Amino acid sequence: MMPQSAPSISSDALLEVDNLVVEYPVGSRIVHAVSGVSLQIARGETLGLVGESGCGKSTLGRAVLQLRRPTAGRVLFDGHDLTTMQGDALRLMRRRVQLIFQDPIASLNPRRKIGDIVAEPLVIAGVKDPEKRKQLVHEVLSAVGLDPTLVVGRLPHEFSGGQCQRICIARALILNPEFIVCDEPVSALDVSIRAQILNLLEEMKARFGLTLLFIAHDLAVVKAVSDRVAVMYLGRLCEVGPSEQLFARPAHPYTALLIEAIPMPDPDVRPAETVPVGEPPSPIAPPSGCRFRTRCPRADQRCSDEMPELRAVAPGQFVACHHPLI
Amino acid sequence: MNANNLLSVEDVVVDLPTPRGNLRAVDHVDLTVGAGRTLGIVGESGCGKTMLSRAILQLLPKKAKLSGRVIFDGQDLLQLPPEKLRKLRGRSLAVVFQDPMTSLNPVLTIGTQLIETLQEHLELDDAAAARRSVELLAAVGIPAPEQRLAQYPHQLSGGMRQRVAIAIALSCEPKLLIADEPTTALDVTIQAQILDLLAREQRRRHMAMIIITHDLGVVAGRTDEVAVMYAGRVVERAPTPALFKKMRMPYTEALLAALPKLDAAPHTPLPAISGRPPDPTRPLKGCSFSPRCRYAVARCQNEKPALEAAETKAHQFACFHPIEARADANA
Repeated sequence: MMPQSAPSISSDALLEVDNLVVEYPVGSRIVHAVSGVSLQIARGETLGLVGESGCGKSTLGRAVLQLRRPTAGRVLFDGHDLTTMQGDALRLMRRRVQLIFQDPIASLNPRRKIGDIVAEPLVIAGVKDPEKRKQLVHEVLSAVGLDPTLVVGRLPHEFSGGQCQRICIARALILNPEFIVCDEPVSALDVSIRAQILNLLEEMKARFGLTLLFIAHDLAVVKAVSDRVAVMYLGRLCEVGPSEQLFARPAHPYTALLIEAIPMPDPDVRPAETVPVGEPPSPIAPPSGCRFRTRCPRADQRCSDEMPELRAVAPGQFVACHHPLI
Repeated sequence: MNANNLLSVEDVVVDLPTPRGNLRAVDHVDLTVGAGRTLGIVGESGCGKTMLSRAILQLLPKKAKLSGRVIFDGQDLLQLPPEKLRKLRGRSLAVVFQDPMTSLNPVLTIGTQLIETLQEHLELDDAAAARRSVELLAAVGIPAPEQRLAQYPHQLSGGMRQRVAIAIALSCEPKLLIADEPTTALDVTIQAQILDLLAREQRRRHMAMIIITHDLGVVAGRTDEVAVMYAGRVVERAPTPALFKKMRMPYTEALLAALPKLDAAPHTPLPAISGRPPDPTRPLKGCSFSPRCRYAVARCQNEKPALEAAETKAHQFACFHPIEARADANA
């Protein structure tokens, strides 16, 4: 697989993903979930990762944290290659990185009390003093907007989806991590609760000096929290750029399609009649050349012959397309 | 109620017994839909929007208690014998659900399911039904429709399955189509295509439609009228442009404000609605939104506001302290 790389915008990259490949067998066939993705996330930055179901964005998030071992490529976290780390070294490194999932209720053990759930990372990290653990649990629950005295003795089913997501965030924060992968953290939540959780993530990011990889399918949500956005399609990056710039002037036809497809809450914006672009092909047999070419209005022979590499089209903005819009 | 209404829902109440006590899912709702019109019903999970649609279709859980009247095409559906009701559903009253796998039978081919529906309601012979099925699949944008007839639902993608479910719903030329979160399970590029398809078929067939959704973006450009539900009640109802431009109910305003905006700079804090909806088994004495409302006063906690007309008869809201019509300040 040819490398696909976006030059770093900053030399102070906390995370550097280098030509990452994740493939796994389904029966006798191979799913090409992530096919040579490279990206950097600077310390203190939020990188949004968008794409439709099956594009490999969640697999990429998990492979970064080594929850699924990549087939090839490197993941450098603060200079250390996580892909070659094993055992205790990896466990120690994992304290510095955390994950928040889409379904907050399913992420909490239904039989355990909230206080124990949030304290568990401390237990695993070897904090032996129960008083110390209790104090840290109370601090982090207060930080996410829950009243510790009312919460610690109760079970997950006594809480709503939004409150469960607050508990998940508290659990992710308790070891004072530097980097969090948020995998669709608000997709399962109602609009009125979603805004609360997005604001909370932003507050926590500022307060704890976090760096985030924010994975979601909703572009408006991603734009609300991200400094830069990476657009993924069928296992490859189409475009990476600063959020506002990317939304104002998308360079990849797929980015433009995603932006056009967002239903606008404004009755004066008549939805444009969509171009019948069909559906994404299977990641088991991705198209040759550019993977988006089967749905792209600009595709020609070159797009099926030659895989486009990411290249700069504007300051900080990179696109993998033979016929970009800018 | 206006005689021109294809559907009128009058004082409908749905109660569900639960171990924690009675749950009032739908609380005295009145709605109307004219022939060929589109009504959007918007609300968050648990607001009663799906139970209301089930009440219209008479597809409520067995233990549910339903009262009120549902007049469709001149008949009160609550009084119809089951056999007549069954004939009506699928024929002039059709539905598309969120997850097409709940409406498609996994062990029957697409063709069998389409042909069965056509023969059941339209008494077509085999050849005519097969011909019509191919036409329908082509109309909903399914490539190679002849080959699809022999396929099973699991062989199709989510978007294609939803197209098949729409083809079945449209097969008998319904007068009213109820689409309950028809695109929530689909990706954004597929969502736009399915919404376009529904709009196109609606225009072509002069069919009335109810779109039930949690997404204000879905109703904005695609409905004539919107009803906003909260805690089982309709709290605001208006022609779509009026709802978005001159909303009166603080909940509607808060719901719209809480959406991330594409034209806002990154890291702009969102005006979130504090708290969460009330427990439906513990109804509040006053306005259900009052605990979360920034305009609430003592009266809001003690008295339930009725759904009443604003400056025009078509625009109704249930609030003691509605947002004043601003002189296009935000326009």
